[in-house]
Amino acid sequence: MAAFILRRLLVTIPVLAGILFATFLIKALIPTDAVLALYSGKVTEQKAEAAIAAIRAKYDLDKPWYEQFASYAVKVAQGDLGESIRTRRPVADEIGFRYVNTMILTGAALLVAVLVGLTTGIASAYWKGSWIDEAAMAVGIMGISMPAFFFGLVLIYFFGVQLKWLPVIGTGDLRSLILPALTLGLIESAPLSRITRSSMLDVLSQDYIKAARAKGLSEAYIVLRHALPNALLSILTIVGLQIGGLLGGAFIIEVVFGWHGIGELAVKAIGWRDFTITQAIILISACTYVSVNLVVDILYAWADPRINHR
Amino acid sequence: MTALSSPMHSSASPAAPIAPVIEVRGLRTHFTGETGIIRAVDGVDLHVRAGECLGLVGESGCGKTITALSLVRLVSPPGRIAAGEILYDGRDLVKASEADLLALRGDRISMIFQQPKASLNPVIQIGWQVAELFCHHRGMARRAAWLEAVELLKAVGLPAAERKALAYPHELSGGQAQRVMIAMALALKPRLLIADEPTTALDVTVQAQILHLLRGLCRDFGTALILVTHDLGVVAETADRVAVMYAGQIVETADVVPLFAQPAHPYTRGLLHSMPVQGRRRDRLDAIPGSVPPPGLTMAGCRFAPRCSFAFERCHAEPPPLVGLPDGRQARCWLAIPEPTRSRSHSDDVARPGQPD
Amino acid sequence: MTHQTTPGTLAPAGTVDHRPRRSGLIRILRRLARHRSGRIGGAAVLVIILMAAFGSLLVPYAPLKIDMAHRLLPPGASHWFGTDELGRDLLSRVIFGARYLLLVGVYSTAIAFGGGVLLGLLAVAGGGWTDMLVMRLVDIMLAFPYVLLLLAIIAALGPSLTTAMVAVGIAGIPGYARLVRGEALSVREREYVDAMRVLGAGTLRITLGTILPSILPALVIYTSYVMPLAVLSASALSFLGLGAQPPLPEWGAMLVSSRSFLATAWWVVAAPGMAIFLSILGLNLFGNALRDVLDPKHS
Repeated sequence: MAAFILRRLLVTIPVLAGILFATFLIKALIPTDAVLALYSGKVTEQKAEAAIAAIRAKYDLDKPWYEQFASYAVKVAQGDLGESIRTRRPVADEIGFRYVNTMILTGAALLVAVLVGLTTGIASAYWKGSWIDEAAMAVGIMGISMPAFFFGLVLIYFFGVQLKWLPVIGTGDLRSLILPALTLGLIESAPLSRITRSSMLDVLSQDYIKAARAKGLSEAYIVLRHALPNALLSILTIVGLQIGGLLGGAFIIEVVFGWHGIGELAVKAIGWRDFTITQAIILISACTYVSVNLVVDILYAWADPRINHR
Repeated sequence: MTALSSPMHSSASPAAPIAPVIEVRGLRTHFTGETGIIRAVDGVDLHVRAGECLGLVGESGCGKTITALSLVRLVSPPGRIAAGEILYDGRDLVKASEADLLALRGDRISMIFQQPKASLNPVIQIGWQVAELFCHHRGMARRAAWLEAVELLKAVGLPAAERKALAYPHELSGGQAQRVMIAMALALKPRLLIADEPTTALDVTVQAQILHLLRGLCRDFGTALILVTHDLGVVAETADRVAVMYAGQIVETADVVPLFAQPAHPYTRGLLHSMPVQGRRRDRLDAIPGSVPPPGLTMAGCRFAPRCSFAFERCHAEPPPLVGLPDGRQARCWLAIPEPTRSRSHSDDVARPGQPD
Repeated sequence: MTHQTTPGTLAPAGTVDHRPRRSGLIRILRRLARHRSGRIGGAAVLVIILMAAFGSLLVPYAPLKIDMAHRLLPPGASHWFGTDELGRDLLSRVIFGARYLLLVGVYSTAIAFGGGVLLGLLAVAGGGWTDMLVMRLVDIMLAFPYVLLLLAIIAALGPSLTTAMVAVGIAGIPGYARLVRGEALSVREREYVDAMRVLGAGTLRITLGTILPSILPALVIYTSYVMPLAVLSASALSFLGLGAQPPLPEWGAMLVSSRSFLATAWWVVAAPGMAIFLSILGLNLFGNALRDVLDPKHS
């Protein structure tokens, strides 16, 4: 198992290096006149030349690209994400609490997606061809066609505006988490439900399920104890990839619900041309995604007895 | 045919007048497909007594597996039992509620399947797969059930049972997996065990051991055994009585010794001829020309007639009934019917396959 | 039944389909027309195309015309979908918006398709280092969650409708590249390709003349997944203010300013929102049907 984890970690290193370089490109590709534009209101004509030179020096823009990348990599390795161009505060301070908020939203949405996706997927596999299956199929295709931001607005209208059950905007408390988590979770449950259905169908047709029936075990027990663990193994690998969808979805949902996460900030920062913030957010999100998939892979290896642990 | 000298046959034949554990009457299992109804099992009668072993023999596709699954009502849609009675303990299982069946399956009536490794859940330790029977049917605590399971695994001859109980199915050999299946099937000392090709997927060397184990345990527990197989060698070694199936019907039943000595149906005769002789393995049915009619086909006369070298006019025109012969034997062949009852028969001068050559 | 598939079982005669599988365009279209979701999806796609092509002839009002006297009017006889916070006719704006959807759908998918096919074939034809380099690039792009990849590209290029289209296109490249490489490698293993090589056909000719046509069906099926996603993503970017900018009547962009009026005038959100939802639903239904028709085993 240790060897497996080590091997898997080694494979991750070039990917992380690639992510680092890709985020570096964001800064490198940004036209420097953007920087100019940022400061145009703040310095006088005469001082502009000097100010620009100072800025370029400060952000290493006057060095060749490989030196820029090297110093960027070193700084990131030291945990220094730079400072926000707009607020001049350290990026880590700007995004720290927001990162936690985004993780809370993503986690809650994952919970919703897994609960809804697994239940509907299992039900439609078990009652294949029934009205439940047909309905789940119809809802599923609507789910993958529904833009998350519009669905969020629909939920806001019904639960916030009409019924006044839940707050429509805000961050932090549990009540304001419900709507964004539901929005994101329900949208992402659609693909999960389909995957669950197909892997459950596959498992339910296996010989060992027939053998379990011949043992006189109850249907509920067979589905939950005998079929589900087998199906979960193949679902698990997909859930890892789905975290990417959830994380990206969270970025959009945060804007809809005014949830103070890194997504909301990233969107603003792109508008502000605050590239250090954008860069840092994309870097840590991608790293989070890669780490989650690493954990999922290890979980999978641990959970499947057929994989040799030794 | 050395197996004929096996001592197993003496116990159950001639048939003692004890009530059968299970009695099947006129069982019909149909599959509704796009092309119409397929009569996979088309009017099967059989019974088996406590401690007795009935061999249900036939080629692939003759309906023997579907018959076996029908007995515990495990035929999956679009298959369904269209007619007949399955009498167990005075109850008709065809009409029994799903709850009653759940209580019977695995407890009073159990099954063993052809692919032992595929029949074990890959992600559950084999000990638990045995133990869950005790939890489920006997309400035992997990710990006690586990200990019971380990004992049972020892009883079926699994080496290092305590350790192996923690193993997953992929860590077992085919023979070991089938021992586990046998342990599961006999865990609760059922009254009936249906074994569907229990040794087909196994090594030839392991086959005999497994059959011996199965037969011995069934006899110890007084469990009736229905052994579904295409392999007459297996039948000869294990069964007391044999029912030969062809195209969804039983064409002959007899005790094992007379059946091998004097087959009454031309099909049985063909099967016997196709057995491997003196270690030389022949293709399963090269003694019988042609192949099994597709199950959807409806035929006017005897279903075996197109392949039968003894067939005459009547065989093609009129389906023969399953008639009782002396010694409690039965055969579905116009030629097997004794002279007086064969009143409508026109040509009597054809060779009688039932007679010794 | 599973136990009965051993040799000796014969399939009933006459059930095996020996007809050659020809997939002419007419044949595909005819089968689509018989497919239930193909009809619905096809109709939706047709409506979008018609709205995009003849929108300016159809619209009752100019889509950008501000009329503060008639702002936030509910749906009614004169304004079927109502008006927005600036008194603009929502029906007209929705009809006009179809052209952006079509634009994004076609251009983004074309970029993803073209770029992916190019990279994938380059990897296969080049082999060795080229292959490794291309695939590492693909791996790194796929290491980003999709939306993040979009944001990264837009952060570098700056927000606009064009960059949104380009970003969605670029973000689709790695998926195509990986598919093309995989399919192409398996095609190249086939005997006739070896035979061609023996006959002296060059790498370029084999790649473009033989491999590309034979992986086309797989590419079409993949595109049926990609295009709805591309349209969805572009509208999401516009909604975030990173794609089409107001006052363009792009559906996602229409929601940016209108959504503050949700509580008092639901229709300002419903009109563009439903337009996006129904179009993508139509594309997905059409894609479903297309997959059924092209690859019946797949469903």
